[in-house]
Amino acid sequence: MTADAATYDLVVVGAGPAGLAAAGVAARAGLRVAVLDSGARVGGQYFRALPDGFRAARPWALHHGFSRFVRLRDGLDGADVLLNHRVWAAGPAPGGGFAVHCLAGREERAGTVTGARLLIATGAHDRVLPFPGWDLPGVMTAGGAQALLKGNLVVAGRRVVVAGTGPFLLPVATSLAAAGAKVAGVFEAGGRFALAPRALTRPGKAAEALAYGWGLARHRVPYKGGRAVVAAHGDGELTHVTVARVDAEWRPYRGGHETVECDVLAVGYGFTPQLDLAAQLGCAIGADAAGGPAVRVDRHMRTGVPGVYAAGETTGVGGADLAELEGLIAGRAVVADALGVPAGTGVGARPEPGTGFGPGIRSEARVGARLEARRRRLTGFARALLRAYPVKDGWTSWLRDDTLICRCEEVPYGRVKEARDLGAADARSIKLLARPGMGWCQGRICGEAVARLAGEEPGPPRRPVAQPVRLGDLAAMDERTSDDDS
Amino acid sequence: MTGASPYRLVGARPEPEFEVRVDGRPVPVVPGQTVGAALHAAGVRTWRTTRFGGRRRGLFCGIGVCFDCLVTVNGVENLRACLTEARPGDEVTTS
Repeated sequence: MTADAATYDLVVVGAGPAGLAAAGVAARAGLRVAVLDSGARVGGQYFRALPDGFRAARPWALHHGFSRFVRLRDGLDGADVLLNHRVWAAGPAPGGGFAVHCLAGREERAGTVTGARLLIATGAHDRVLPFPGWDLPGVMTAGGAQALLKGNLVVAGRRVVVAGTGPFLLPVATSLAAAGAKVAGVFEAGGRFALAPRALTRPGKAAEALAYGWGLARHRVPYKGGRAVVAAHGDGELTHVTVARVDAEWRPYRGGHETVECDVLAVGYGFTPQLDLAAQLGCAIGADAAGGPAVRVDRHMRTGVPGVYAAGETTGVGGADLAELEGLIAGRAVVADALGVPAGTGVGARPEPGTGFGPGIRSEARVGARLEARRRRLTGFARALLRAYPVKDGWTSWLRDDTLICRCEEVPYGRVKEARDLGAADARSIKLLARPGMGWCQGRICGEAVARLAGEEPGPPRRPVAQPVRLGDLAAMDERTSDDDS
Repeated sequence: MTGASPYRLVGARPEPEFEVRVDGRPVPVVPGQTVGAALHAAGVRTWRTTRFGGRRRGLFCGIGVCFDCLVTVNGVENLRACLTEARPGDEVTTS
């Protein structure tokens, strides 16, 4: 499928729960919709699907809520799904609307998709914190281990340690164990029962947590709170980790260390939303419940830029249920705005049957009100979760002078300290002096750590391009643009 | 190992594997797997060294964010192994 010369009523970036829900609503209402995703299949990270080549009889075995995914996937109703499209920039198009620039196909050829409206549903990636040995092969993100399993049926390691903070560690550990890995332990840096009281306010979530607890018990996986992996060791590849007992600020207690053998460490400290496109487009970005950056949206998921909408993790990390719901609301708002009727009425943009908002509800406005009420409930739960699993400052005490902060530019903590001693008082100055965040990943991996080392709350990204792009492709685009102008 | 396997878990009856060559070595692939996943499954954990420290790198983020896993496929440089679906006969080279 070619990406060029297509004009749509709505371009959705991201085919996770939010993007799929919005695209389905808009397409069913008769809009021309394109859904772009960097992956080879729809579903995003949460609903990462297996390739057909596995001919899986029970694809749902690695998923939670797989039937919802099937409904979303099968509800796209004529929307163009452009897979393997990696968006590197988005901006106003010369003739109105928005131009979305992508690297398309396996060989990443440049292309552009244009649309009158744009939905940013780019999701999030694992938040990681540096610690000694974290760049040893065998150390990977929790989401990376999950992606290997869900998307490739590859078990990341034979003996795996899962560590970090947040509820995501549980499904990662249980699915690895179910797939045959020996999970040597789950180490949660926060308190063990940080979530429990709040979980009871959402019965579905309490049941889910119980299921994970049962899964861990069945595979005899030890789960310990107040523990952090403070160092990874191995001669060229990971062979063991040091687990420390940590206080409420995540500073290790003296003497509370144990060594755990493993060939893979799956580590994650929550999630960082991917806000590059929102920042490029000039959308207002505020703070989520834990102080991290999130796109500001109104109750119809409209950003501060007319024609640009955001849904899912980009508006504040909240999980797949909330993402899908926000996608529905955004899709309905797009339809209403396209028709020139008040948002929330969403004429013809009914969520599909099975969502509880379909048949039986006569009034479109009523549907809108119910969706909004449900979003308020789920957002409240998401905020409580973010507050229950914060990153505490004590992680900096795990660092040594030779611990890499930036993996790409190989900048050790010692050089960051030197930059601070030279007077670099903020993350940007540290970056200019010591170069953390100047490499391939553009600071996606270390940016938050550098901000925290500078004593700042992590801010929105400032990246003119959201994916590295070949100079030749940039030059070719300039030619096309000037041809268009002449 | 407990005797469990991901294939049994999902009831997979995979299509026949094909091969790609990684720096001249054959690596088996189930149709649809990424280059990075196939390498990892074959026990190859690293396939790149860093510019300055010569540190070994392989999969880290696994979802296209960190760029640790870069490979060259059929002469196209700097592709993320974790995102790049392998195809029969691919010649993968590493640095």
